[in-house]
Amino acid sequence: MHYLVGNLGHLFIIISFISALIAAFSYYMSAQTEERGWKVNGRVAFAVHTAGVMGVVIFLYIIIYQNYFEYHYAWSHSSKYLPFYYKISAFWEGQEGSFLLWIFWHVIIGIFIIGSSRNWESPVMFVVSLVQAFLSSMILGVVLLGIKIGSSPFMLTREVIEAPVFQLNPDFIPEDGSGLNPLLQNYWMVIHPPTLFLGFATTIVPFAFAIAGLWKKKYTAWIKPVIPWSLFSAATLGLGIIMGAYWAYETLNFGGYWNWDPVENAIFVPWLVLIAAIHTLLIYKKNHTALRTSYILVIATFLLILYSTFLTRSGILGNASVHSFTDLGLSGQLLIYLIVFTFLSFLFLFRNWKYLPISDKEINAYSREFWIFIGAAVLCLSAFQIIIPTSIPVFNAILNNIGIASNMAPPADQVVFYTKIQLWFAFGIAILTAIGQYFWWRKMEKGKIFNEVALPLVITLGVSTLILILSGITQFPLLLLITASVFTMLTNMLTLMRLRKSRRNLSGGSIAHIGVALMILGIVYSSGMSRVISLNRSGMLYSSNFPDEINKENILLFQDQPKEMDNYRLTYNGKKIKIKGYKGYFRKNKFISALDPHYLVAKEDILDGNIIIIARGDTVEYNPENVYFEVEYKKPNGQVFYLYPRLQENPGMGNVVSPSIKKAAFRDIYTHVTVVAEDEKEWSETEEIEVPIGETFFVNDYVASLEKFERIHDIPGTELTENDVAVKGIVKINGSLKDYQLEPIYLIKDNFAGRLPAENAALGVRITIHSILPDKNSVVLGLNTSQKDYIILKAVEKPLINVLWLGTLILMIGFAMAIIRRSRDTAR
Amino acid sequence: MKNTHIIGIVLIALAVMIIIITAGDASTYVTFTEAKKMSENGNNKKIHVVGQLTKDMTGRVTGINPSQDMLSVSFRMTDNEGKEQQVYYNEPMPPDLIKSEQVVVIGSFQEDVFIADKILLKCPSKYQEEEIAI
Repeated sequence: MHYLVGNLGHLFIIISFISALIAAFSYYMSAQTEERGWKVNGRVAFAVHTAGVMGVVIFLYIIIYQNYFEYHYAWSHSSKYLPFYYKISAFWEGQEGSFLLWIFWHVIIGIFIIGSSRNWESPVMFVVSLVQAFLSSMILGVVLLGIKIGSSPFMLTREVIEAPVFQLNPDFIPEDGSGLNPLLQNYWMVIHPPTLFLGFATTIVPFAFAIAGLWKKKYTAWIKPVIPWSLFSAATLGLGIIMGAYWAYETLNFGGYWNWDPVENAIFVPWLVLIAAIHTLLIYKKNHTALRTSYILVIATFLLILYSTFLTRSGILGNASVHSFTDLGLSGQLLIYLIVFTFLSFLFLFRNWKYLPISDKEINAYSREFWIFIGAAVLCLSAFQIIIPTSIPVFNAILNNIGIASNMAPPADQVVFYTKIQLWFAFGIAILTAIGQYFWWRKMEKGKIFNEVALPLVITLGVSTLILILSGITQFPLLLLITASVFTMLTNMLTLMRLRKSRRNLSGGSIAHIGVALMILGIVYSSGMSRVISLNRSGMLYSSNFPDEINKENILLFQDQPKEMDNYRLTYNGKKIKIKGYKGYFRKNKFISALDPHYLVAKEDILDGNIIIIARGDTVEYNPENVYFEVEYKKPNGQVFYLYPRLQENPGMGNVVSPSIKKAAFRDIYTHVTVVAEDEKEWSETEEIEVPIGETFFVNDYVASLEKFERIHDIPGTELTENDVAVKGIVKINGSLKDYQLEPIYLIKDNFAGRLPAENAALGVRITIHSILPDKNSVVLGLNTSQKDYIILKAVEKPLINVLWLGTLILMIGFAMAIIRRSRDTAR
Repeated sequence: MKNTHIIGIVLIALAVMIIIITAGDASTYVTFTEAKKMSENGNNKKIHVVGQLTKDMTGRVTGINPSQDMLSVSFRMTDNEGKEQQVYYNEPMPPDLIKSEQVVVIGSFQEDVFIADKILLKCPSKYQEEEIAI
């Protein structure tokens, strides 16, 4: 038992909580009194807080990395064989760890603010420290006056789980952890959460500055430093969201990257509002209007982040989301957190509302600000449309609390519901982006608009007509959306060309908007034109137990028997495994299991070309949870590629199917298995036959022949002494398309006869040598047959999905340029 | 009237429209009896049913039958009114199904079987019922 590390960890949590409170108080006094002493106090307290948080992070990581399964966090999120990089993801798989990640980023941000924001430091750091106190309280894990505050990640397994074994032996340490959820064993899960939480965390900066501006009555000065922070926040949050989407595309088998699940929506909404806020901040900077709107949107972004934290962690979505959350009983604390900051923001805003300077300039429909403002409004409406249905469980809870029974549920088919409405917002955003950029750089006058827009409009119509003819999309809304995004792309490119000559450092905006247009185009094209290519053309149902979707849109492949699908000739080559430290995939039947289920022993030399990469008898490490089904795709021109859809068999967590994707420039082929032959085969009753050497016989309706016998001197995995005898029979079977060789073994070891049968999954055949009759020069074989190995798989073609990822990349470049330019502005 | 006002009015109108559309498309939480009645009346709207896995006298979950390939599952569920129902789900059995304390199935009746498109599980807080492998 390693008590010290956990006790230290818990101590550091308490230290960081208390020091955050002290920092908040000191900074509050400093902001009120402007006394230098309080500011120093605040800094010292924040430094202690920083040290505390770093300590907690290190101790929690030690527990996970060292496999201290006496701690529940390590036991429930990690396991012995988890590779190093997934131990990092185990760190934030649990609620406590993800809070910690969030706290960690706030600490880093706090250090930046202290270092850079001069006279803003005290009020801004007051807000940051207060937030830190709330967040630290979530992992505090102390009981105060009978109320449990927070859930500590340093709980011992025996404190959490009431298992009889702990009553017998309190010092019992579980041999292995229950492991990381197989879905999260993906490299994106190593970088997606930190990116997303950095996005979460950075929204505090614009919020804290806005509050500081209201508090210190510097109503407009806060905007300049906030713009680069907001851009950075939007970029990281957006990147985090897209990484999550890409992970879903690669790992989950629902076939897409976005499912409109409440958890996804909860984080998308603040991002939309943040983007709207950035636009109004820019309007303010240009002509001093939209200040009030900027305040509202910046504050709303942060409150929406808190709201989304509440939604996803309080358990209120339990009846509405596919993500199952372990309810840590923090809902009360989360609600207080949300209410305190909502109240605080409203208080500051109301008190200062009438003093906020407003411009008396009338918004003119021909001004650039007008169209950008409308764009921000559309973004907010889009966010509103998403948050309302997502909040249905919250409305139910409120209504039920005041005695009104409500049985409203979120729309059953979320994808259809959101898509049909959000489509129009996307259209509006695309069009306004085009117009906004136009107006931003050139002053428009009544009459002149047509001349300006005519050229890009004509080109757009030409280009989109061409796209439509080539793609064959017929749904009208999709046509409109494609046209709008092409238009956006063109107008922004024109702007870009003009800017190149004079003011190249200003082109971040145009580039970002081109990125957005490409993303819309990629989304419309890949989902609107996605095509199931694995249609069942056999005319037969696979099983009447299967729903229509499987019977119609899936293809059945027996091992080694090619089948035509769309333009491809598909062959299922059998089950494969991955071996640690080696590239590629290996046939499992070339190995036998070692004593430890994570190790295998090679039955024969395994070659790569002519080079032996794994020698006979070598022991290798592998992950027994993963089975890959090798599917060969052959194009008419003879080109071949292989896909390896995966089945993860995790006894504790259930089975998980993951797709394998052939990524090509213009279309992805997305393949996953829907049904596979069961692993534990049911064999027929043994049929015994006597076969003379060299003679042919029938097995499972195939012609087979017993070629010869060979004495062998070693069997991998079995020790042979000088007195033992082992022989292997070589049986050739003529399959319909290829021949197979099976090598059953008969051995006499320590005067006992042993039989090592040989199996072939493609033929569904197992052959055992029952006895050898040397006088007759023949053997008695035991034959069993079973279902031949098969898979049923689904394949979908997704055209131009790369345009979405390319658009994301360009958007990020645009953000980066804008961030650089705006932070130079601020520094000046 | 100022432009700002016009924008404001249009925004409010759109927001109201959004609320109306949401209310119209929202699904409902119903019981199996009501769901059955809906499907018999030709209403195939997908609905939510909340309940628990059916348990036998000793409190053990009964009636879970994963298909042999483990890629789909059928189980028995008792809704909050106490009515028992066979549910089919064409996805691998969700990891926490057995230990869930509440199950929400979203889908509709096909004949006598409730076909779930989606299953949502509420799991007991981590302070109960976890098993430890020795």
